[in-house]
Amino acid sequence: MFNIPKKDAITFVLFAIVVLTMPIWLTPFGASYPALLQKFAIYALLAVGYNLLFGLTGYLSFGHAAFLGVGSYAAVWSFKLLSMNPVLALSFAILFSGIFALAIGYISLRRSGIYFSILTLAFAQMSYKLAYSVLSPITHGETGLQLTLQDPRAIDLMFIERGSSLPTSNLFGISMSGYSGFYFTAIILLIGFFIAQKITSSPFGMMLKGIKSNENRMNYTGFNTKPYMLTVFVISGIYAGVAGGLLSITDPLAGAERMQWTASGELVLMTILGGVGTLIGPVIGAWLIKYFENIFSAWNESVLHGFFAFLPDGFEDIVVTISSKFVGEGWHLTLGLMFVLVVVFLPGGIMEGARRIGTMFKNNKDKKPKQTSDSEKQSSDSEKGEG
Amino acid sequence: MDAIILQVLNGLDKGGAYALIALGLTLVFGTLGVVNFAHGALFMLGAFCAVTFKKIITLEQIVLSKTELSPWGTPLEIRTPYAQQWFGDFGNVLIEYSVPFSLLLAIPVMLFIGIAMERGIIKHFYKRPHAEQILVTFGLAIVLQEIVKAFFGANPNPQPIPQIFMGAADLGVMVGMAENVITYPKWRLVYLFFSLGVIAAVFAFLRFTTFGLVVRAGMSDRETVSMLGINIDKRFTIMFGIAAVVAGLAGVMYTPILPPDYTLGMDFLVLSFIVVVVGGMGSLPGAVLAGFMLGVVQSLASMTEVKDIIPGIDQIIIYLIAVIILLVRPRGLLGKRGVMEN
Repeated sequence: MFNIPKKDAITFVLFAIVVLTMPIWLTPFGASYPALLQKFAIYALLAVGYNLLFGLTGYLSFGHAAFLGVGSYAAVWSFKLLSMNPVLALSFAILFSGIFALAIGYISLRRSGIYFSILTLAFAQMSYKLAYSVLSPITHGETGLQLTLQDPRAIDLMFIERGSSLPTSNLFGISMSGYSGFYFTAIILLIGFFIAQKITSSPFGMMLKGIKSNENRMNYTGFNTKPYMLTVFVISGIYAGVAGGLLSITDPLAGAERMQWTASGELVLMTILGGVGTLIGPVIGAWLIKYFENIFSAWNESVLHGFFAFLPDGFEDIVVTISSKFVGEGWHLTLGLMFVLVVVFLPGGIMEGARRIGTMFKNNKDKKPKQTSDSEKQSSDSEKGEG
Repeated sequence: MDAIILQVLNGLDKGGAYALIALGLTLVFGTLGVVNFAHGALFMLGAFCAVTFKKIITLEQIVLSKTELSPWGTPLEIRTPYAQQWFGDFGNVLIEYSVPFSLLLAIPVMLFIGIAMERGIIKHFYKRPHAEQILVTFGLAIVLQEIVKAFFGANPNPQPIPQIFMGAADLGVMVGMAENVITYPKWRLVYLFFSLGVIAAVFAFLRFTTFGLVVRAGMSDRETVSMLGINIDKRFTIMFGIAAVVAGLAGVMYTPILPPDYTLGMDFLVLSFIVVVVGGMGSLPGAVLAGFMLGVVQSLASMTEVKDIIPGIDQIIIYLIAVIILLVRPRGLLGKRGVMEN
């Protein structure tokens, strides 16, 4: 199981280092606080899982928010009924999102292309609408599902007395909020990333890539593509379910708005922005979007005035007025513009941009004959790290 | 029985909005082959044309009165809209009928926006896969709705109904039933007839003009038409503009029914896509039929008698129909054989 190619191993180790040291290297960016770090890890996991479906097979699903929501609800119910243990909650999230994905995938995958997108969209909207209305005994509708003091919590209460305050999720005593919560999510992310790596490099992954490049030809070659598609759809749905479960673990409150189709849209944005079909790309996309969402949206005009203080007075006002439309409340505008630009000019996302710059440098170096072998080795190594 | 007739009527005007948006979507898909996720945003932009028009027309001059005092002792402010000063009675009519008059503003604006959008971005996506078309137009929709939010804020902007269309019409009496059995808001009737008119206009345009003839020829075989020396691309661009105008007009007239805010487009987008799919990709009559049908079905499902049998059905009925249609009859109700059947 662990005999992976050397290149993948290097990628994984580098990735693990980057993720685990996030509290350190994000400090200068003002993003090193647990709540945001947890979000980074969770949404990266979500994007990695989404990329397994969209990146490998090219099937554009607009329904992953539903799995995210199901995972969240399953985890919170596990807290309410059984125990505050996150592992238990995660296994429920996996179970329910898996079943849900199996059902939706079985039906949706009977069509492909835009019809598949619309089918998944229809299912996600149905789940969202139902969660808001009829299913509110389970989902608690608009208020969202949250813990109460009267929850049964059958397993926990066998061992400890019912406290006077709301319990927090904990792994055998380790609290799941704060930095320990981040490391828990980070480890889940690493496991998810490792599995995604394995899938991508396995024969199964090759089959999926074959479906992306030409599904008909795969069928003619004698592969029935449907079971493969269904498998990867369920795996991808489980990733989303786990991400939803982790959201509930770090903050035990599940709301129906997580299932709205715009949430799926955001996920698509993350994947595209970073780079579809690459392993690292979606992670970078998720981090960038979550970073901007938290940092940009907190900026207001006074921050901007401080930022542009070096400009002449009248000019500064103009610059601030214009740029204030793009931050704070309006940061979605930045997001939309960024997204359009990426799709138009750089369909491969940031990863393709990095690769293009990489080859540019490489070509420059090739032109110079007096190239030391040392630096060349370095550059090829760094490429491996990206890839 | 009366309740059912009432719900059918209720559904028809909503269906009119669905049909108009879906008509535009289908036009774009049929001519340019582009899946346009920004079409809902065009509907929303149309609605905000009405908001803008009303804002402009009701700009007021404020004069402090020298003699009269307001109830709290300060000089009374006399507000007179500039439109009233300049145009007299016609100004008052303009303010009263701001929504219908903003149609005149919406047509050139939407035509311009549509053509600019097609020439600026969508042109480059004809040869790219549908997934990328969805993505870029989705991004465009976000940009458009955020721009609107930056200018108009996040709150809904209610629009007035002209005085004579206020209140309800007693339709039951007209067909010989008792009074007050079937009453229906007049503006919704206006909307229903308006949407039927626009739909008829679009069909007539395609059917009875040379331009429409060429466009229809181009829809069925683009290559041959361009080989005959016709600049089909230019005509398709204009069709995109027309589709944008149709969506915009639908948006303008819908403002008194639903106060527009910046998310209006996204809300209608998903539904109108489902309408298009149910009607059949690329089939104009299909889009119209499915629009009205889904509108009616939706309002029938929201009757309490139906909800008692299947709780929550009113929330999901449209999606449910879409799923069933897609699985049983992939090309939609009136879709042509072989158009996007996979």
